[in-house]
Amino acid sequence: MAVQLWQVLDLLLAGLTLGLGWAAVSSPDLRRSVVFFIAFGLLLAVVWARLQAPDLALAEAAIGAGLSGALLLSALRDEPDITMVGDVRVGPVAALISLASLTLAAVFAWVTVHTLGAADPTRLADQITAQLPDSGVGNPVTAVLLNFRAYDTLLELAVLLAAVLGILALGPARAPYRAAGPLLDGLIRWLVPLLILTAGYLLWVGAHAPGGAFQAGAMLAAAAVMLRLGGHAGAGLPQAPTQRILLTAGIAAFVAVGGATVATGHAFLQYPEGWSGGLILLIETAATLAIATTLALAYIGGRPPGWGSEGSADTATKIGGRD
Amino acid sequence: MTELIGILFVAIGIAFFVAGSIGLLRLPDLHSRLHALTKADNLGLGLLCAGLALIDGGVLNAVKLFLIWVLVLAASAAAAHLIAQQALRQAGK
Repeated sequence: MAVQLWQVLDLLLAGLTLGLGWAAVSSPDLRRSVVFFIAFGLLLAVVWARLQAPDLALAEAAIGAGLSGALLLSALRDEPDITMVGDVRVGPVAALISLASLTLAAVFAWVTVHTLGAADPTRLADQITAQLPDSGVGNPVTAVLLNFRAYDTLLELAVLLAAVLGILALGPARAPYRAAGPLLDGLIRWLVPLLILTAGYLLWVGAHAPGGAFQAGAMLAAAAVMLRLGGHAGAGLPQAPTQRILLTAGIAAFVAVGGATVATGHAFLQYPEGWSGGLILLIETAATLAIATTLALAYIGGRPPGWGSEGSADTATKIGGRD
Repeated sequence: MTELIGILFVAIGIAFFVAGSIGLLRLPDLHSRLHALTKADNLGLGLLCAGLALIDGGVLNAVKLFLIWVLVLAASAAAAHLIAQQALRQAGK
């Protein structure tokens, strides 16, 4: 009986996910599409939770639904007529995109079916569980991300940095929002410290339970989004020179640790015995700050004042017009 | 016994969510829809959290559930206020 109830819920989830995905893609109104997309992200987080992947659920809810949604909404705000561009939905481009998506989906389905049917699959999870005591952390996801496959995470941070450099190259920051009324202002004053606290908790708890740098960074970035929505143009970020340091902090920590391990006769990012826990926490702290700054700058959508000559004039003189 | 009471709370909470959703779909204008949605959902979530805390029985989880409820309460009240305010502004234009 209980099992059947869960199955009903799973079927509902699967159906709703597909339906919301379809609604997000096919709605003629982009505003509506974005709202569907956010709902889709939240539902996907529930799906991950049902698949017993709380780390992914957290990341999907915070980044996939929350921050991507905020980014999309702010893009819509600056381009109110963006629906006019929406006509790529018909014609050869749309057909090509649909074809590519379908092919990709078919490949994934084929791979999944074959993996599930394999007679004696090598379960990576078993190997990770076996190696977990050596990793320095108790959370298998963190162990994979920052120990077994730390190189991948280093490159992910590099991708984030490249993306934010592209955003900064687009031009000056988007117009700030008008100052919040007393109610929203009160909520922001109340939520921002709470978000920072939650970020610290997620960073710390990532060592032995779901959490970690990406979720913590997303929480900090959410605080920045709240501040910017409340009329703080700089989203609570420090001044431009510090922003540069924070943006590169994650990669810098990774490379420094990697360099040190090589210098002491280990492989690149092969942590010496007994050091893993501390080094992972060091890298994760730096990565959290880097991810938060990256996401906040992405939300600001361009160079904030102080980054260069195209920044707004008043603050450029205040900081002394760098560059 | 506490588990039964918990299940009862969850059931009533779900009923509030259903009522709120029906209100959102059926009521004629934005302000009354907001009213239906926020009132019903806040109370519904409160009952859900209370019910889940009773079923779980742990104090720590009960505190966490309570905090979740308070957070959602504050956020949804503020969001409803902002949406209503924006609607008034646009109507005044």
